[in-house]
Amino acid sequence: MDNAATLAPSPADSGTDYTLSGELDLAAASQLWPQARLLPDTTRIDARGVNRCDGAGAALLFDLARRGVHISGLDPALQHLIDALEPDKPLAGALPPSKQPLITRLGQWAQEWIADLTEQITFIGAASSALAGLVRRPRDLRWRDFLTQCELTGANALPIVALISFLIGVILSFQSALPLRQFGAEIFVANLLGLSLIREMGPLITAILLAGRTGAAFAAEIGTMKVNEEINALVTFGFDPIRFLVLPRLLAGLLMAPLLTVCAEVIGLAAGALVLEGFGIPFRTFVHQVTSFTDLHDLLGGLFKAAIFGLEVAAIGCLRGLSTGAGASAVGSSTTRAVVQTLVILVVTDGVLAVIYYQLGI
Amino acid sequence: MSAPLIRVDHLRCGYGERIVLDEVSFEVSAGEVLALLGGSGCGKSTLMKHMIGLYEPMAGSVEIGGDDLASASGDLRERILRRFGVMYQSGALFGSMSVLDNVRLPLESFSDLDAAAIELVARLKLRLVGLEDFAGFLPSELSGGMQKRAAIARAMALDPAILFLDEPSAGLDPVTSAGLDALIRRLAQSQGMTIVVVTHELTSINAIADRAVMLDREAKGIIAIGTPAELARNEDIRVQRFFLREADTP
Repeated sequence: MDNAATLAPSPADSGTDYTLSGELDLAAASQLWPQARLLPDTTRIDARGVNRCDGAGAALLFDLARRGVHISGLDPALQHLIDALEPDKPLAGALPPSKQPLITRLGQWAQEWIADLTEQITFIGAASSALAGLVRRPRDLRWRDFLTQCELTGANALPIVALISFLIGVILSFQSALPLRQFGAEIFVANLLGLSLIREMGPLITAILLAGRTGAAFAAEIGTMKVNEEINALVTFGFDPIRFLVLPRLLAGLLMAPLLTVCAEVIGLAAGALVLEGFGIPFRTFVHQVTSFTDLHDLLGGLFKAAIFGLEVAAIGCLRGLSTGAGASAVGSSTTRAVVQTLVILVVTDGVLAVIYYQLGI
Repeated sequence: MSAPLIRVDHLRCGYGERIVLDEVSFEVSAGEVLALLGGSGCGKSTLMKHMIGLYEPMAGSVEIGGDDLASASGDLRERILRRFGVMYQSGALFGSMSVLDNVRLPLESFSDLDAAAIELVARLKLRLVGLEDFAGFLPSELSGGMQKRAAIARAMALDPAILFLDEPSAGLDPVTSAGLDALIRRLAQSQGMTIVVVTHELTSINAIADRAVMLDREAKGIIAIGTPAELARNEDIRVQRFFLREADTP
């Protein structure tokens, strides 16, 4: 910057207090602003020497002028810049503080909570009604979308479900075999692994993976459609977004979660069998231990749980997608809410089902 | 005529193997408002995206203030980028920030102004585009025309020498569109900015442009260049069709 603007005291007989000269651009304005702020409001500035001025420079002159500082001699072309900013018009007041008082925030939070609850109840009602309607008229389902969602939710999720369940099977069996070996009871690792995988771990791990993978994808996809007004387009065409978007996903979640759970259980058990081979327990013995300790009720109970989990993952993903606000950040926020809310609901549902199974003697 | 601020030299651009424009050469002088015009799919926005360095040319070069943006890196690239501001077709305002914060962001990141000065500069930019009273609004709370004006205010935040505007009137009603044209003309005159505007609106071209470069999809390049009046008198059938708003298919 060769000719950056400077603000220097004027000669005694000049009739002004300061002389402003040079190129008053963004960089020069940044330098001069603190100095200019210290000037008394009655200061007179000779600005004849200003040969260039950009928007930031004009803002500095605006700031001085609105305080009453007298600026003279400005080139008419540059004066045009200041005039465009309408220096006589006062600036709008400061924005309201972004942080509201506690009581206001509590009120807003309660209002949002009630609105959210209402939305959830409405969604559950609409989805249940659509599901019931589907029983009467199965042709209402968009079968091609349903099959696509089954592929996305089920087949495409299989590799990650297989990997995680294999690792869980290895870790569970190895970590429990080590202490049990001290008592010569490592054979019971098969019982532990079979029961825990079939009743609890299989459905839960599959559902957690689906929440992170599929639920988040549902929320992001439907949320983006909402932001892009695709949902509005569906409505104006006369399509019900619940039937068009939600039903295929709900049914895919309901159907694919148990299937993935079966895969997870088989792979987890196979991993356990592999580890126990290393501890000298043959595969046939492992299978015998598992089949003798678990029964059909355990398997069906676990699969029912998996179906409920799958339904919840899909429903919450779709709900959060449909309730997305405006803008890209709203999609991110919906996706986060979908995953967090699903995880909480999964744990709560698991607890409730555990109590129910206990009462039923399953 | 002052020295060219932008020089596009034998530019070939496209996507992958597909060439959209070839042998495109023109210059833009300081303080000039140049319109890039042509029908849909002729490569107007593609050309602009090459001019602002979003895409690398297949051949040829784009110089901004004498520096080739595509081959520049590090500090030089930073300096070239500071020379221009861009208003994208959709506005591309940051949805989670208020309008004022959108304008404030580049000032906070790339200037040495203190907070009070940044606030004042940002508010004055919004005043210039007529959005001072909407400073606290989120972009989603604004109309399409307002979003575009806010995007112009953000593009001007650092007082760049050049402003690139991609279809400023697209999707706006004629009254809002005329208001935006008047704003662009006023900015060019009062701020002395060089403006490159992508448009296919004849009204806008006549209202704001000093010169226009007309592109054609079939020709994959420039078919006419001149003032709007010169283009309107051009005898090339493709230019005439555009100005007479005639379809090129029976």
